[in-house]
Amino acid sequence: MAEVRLEQVEKRFGDTVAVTGINLTIADGEFVALLGPTGAGKTTTLRLIAGLEKPDEGKVFIGGRDATGQSPAERNVAFVFQQYSLYPHLSVYDNLAFPLRSPVRKADDAAIRQTVERVARLLRIEAKLGNRATRLSGGEMQRVAIGRALVRDPSIFLMDEPLSSLDAKLRADLRLELKHIQRDLGATVLYVTHDQIEALTMANRIGVLDHGRLVQIGSPREIYETPRNLYVATRLGMPAINLLPPQAFPQHQVPPGTRTIGARTEHVAIARANGGAHAKVEWIEHLGDQNHLHLRVGDHKLITLVDPDVDLGVGDSIDVTLRGPLYFGTDGERIG
Amino acid sequence: MAEIRVENLHKSFGDFAAVKNSNFVVENGEFFILLGPSGCGKTTTLRMIAGLELPTSGRILLGGDDVTFKRAAERDIAFVFQLFALYPHMNVRKNIGFSLKCQGTPSAEINRRVEEAARILRIEHILDKSVSGLSGGDRQRVALGRAIVREPMCFLMDEPLGALDSEFRHLMCGELRGLHNRLKATTVYVTHDQLEAMSMADKIAVMNKGLIEQFGPPQDLYARPASMFVADFLGSPPMNFLHFNAGLARGSGEARLGDAIVQMPVVHEDIAPSDLALGVRPEHISFDDRSALRGSVYGSEYLGTTQIVTVNTDFGQIKARTKSTGEVRPGANVGLRFHADRLSLFDRGSGRAIRSALYEEGAHG
Repeated sequence: MAEVRLEQVEKRFGDTVAVTGINLTIADGEFVALLGPTGAGKTTTLRLIAGLEKPDEGKVFIGGRDATGQSPAERNVAFVFQQYSLYPHLSVYDNLAFPLRSPVRKADDAAIRQTVERVARLLRIEAKLGNRATRLSGGEMQRVAIGRALVRDPSIFLMDEPLSSLDAKLRADLRLELKHIQRDLGATVLYVTHDQIEALTMANRIGVLDHGRLVQIGSPREIYETPRNLYVATRLGMPAINLLPPQAFPQHQVPPGTRTIGARTEHVAIARANGGAHAKVEWIEHLGDQNHLHLRVGDHKLITLVDPDVDLGVGDSIDVTLRGPLYFGTDGERIG
Repeated sequence: MAEIRVENLHKSFGDFAAVKNSNFVVENGEFFILLGPSGCGKTTTLRMIAGLELPTSGRILLGGDDVTFKRAAERDIAFVFQLFALYPHMNVRKNIGFSLKCQGTPSAEINRRVEEAARILRIEHILDKSVSGLSGGDRQRVALGRAIVREPMCFLMDEPLGALDSEFRHLMCGELRGLHNRLKATTVYVTHDQLEAMSMADKIAVMNKGLIEQFGPPQDLYARPASMFVADFLGSPPMNFLHFNAGLARGSGEARLGDAIVQMPVVHEDIAPSDLALGVRPEHISFDDRSALRGSVYGSEYLGTTQIVTVNTDFGQIKARTKSTGEVRPGANVGLRFHADRLSLFDRGSGRAIRSALYEEGAHG
């Protein structure tokens, strides 16, 4: 495994600037997730590291060496895609062994067997080694695809939404598995996703991309608790952060220059009203373990989590007070 | 608008029984959701209500009329599919009004109903746009508009949000439920997504292998699952099962898991020594060092407001949902405490919930 560093990287496609001014260091053994919507530049960043694209400006360093001019093969990176492309006519064993049998590696059969079995154990597919790749469930296929990357001992794993084609339960299982495997191996991973849960739960650090720029990078907690601007604040949070003008809370003191208050569930205190209420319950969305309380505050909607047992009904009057919310100025940057 | 009554409905395809002896009533104005994994019979049930499939036996009553063998066109219903095929050469207005035009409705009437539907769906501003440039959400709204203008007795929807990504899907759930609150039309909705079902339904029927496993309001099914299948299908993460072997006497209110005694709702039946599972929802678990029930932390997943902590115990792996303020280290040995009056107990052989005070409370409350 190796450290990977991008310095002032820019990539244009015709008139479109895909990424610009990207400075990013992924430490040896670190799991970094790039989070952003379609078109933010996530996949381009991955492809630049893989060597599938050449930057128009800037440099890519892998393991301390300038890799900018290197071919993909010289970089020794492993790519895991959303669509697992396994060799359908081969067994799981042969699919896993395939990268090791490349002529440049000259690995002997015993060494290959040892590596394949170790990876299969790690991914809990050792019982399926004899199966044809096509006779696997979706989750098993994706594990084999990840396994094919693992056997190679690359400098970095580049993963492009590898879990997005799986169903919700399997995705939850594999999230935890993938994180464990990465930690056990001390693997360097750059993981691209638009799913905030994947970024929050697996990454050591999250980089938030917006229109080709890296807006903020930090631990999941930092990104969630101290977002640099409105864009970052709205990337994370379930339910999404409530954005309200200061006028919605005339009692609440805001720092000068505040245009928007950002209130997450943990910033919202509710109480049954005695007189001075200014919010009403519009809807209580019972989701089982968590209930979303939909409130109307003047002309604004506010959604917060409440205990499943909360004794509230539609139309009830509520007092809402804010405790330490986030404040954003006219330019959308966070204040204080 | 109307009540839908399904009586002893059965459907076989050759040797395969897709729907087995289904009984349920969708009350007038209710939002009813058939929930289950693929192949459980939910879509077949919906298609029989629509008249797109004929039952092998049983009856379907729509507003009191027996429509079991009536053609789809003779049933006053509107069907919304997952893959909403809009007419690409027509604009939004023409797409929505098309079925009325086919019926020979006067154009003034078509206009009135199209505009009413657009107002309900809040898409008045795109009425004269081409459908080809619309976002996924707007396309789905147009598809709904086509169903609404027909002013049917009921709506049948087959995974209408299935093609949308998860965050947007949850937003659309709020919209669909809001729409239902305005129209108050009887709706039967099919999905495999438990969050959609929890979010929108007045009542849910959970289906498994052609059978309705449980039928009732979402919170009831969530809090008092009748089977391990239902317990596992609802919730994210789903209910945890701690496996143990014991016999219990009626009136007993505790289970012995290794060295630990776990308090639980009093059981209302005698249980011979057998394989049991204690069912615990992730939000009903807390960490308490004094507890004799121990586990080792496998991992924790930070989610902002809350975190999910996975713990390996001698009785199986469990997931707890706790506030994200306390950090938990992987490998740490922790004591576990459960919310005693919320626990379920299952017979692992049959998967059935054992009757207890938890379920009685539901029946009376």
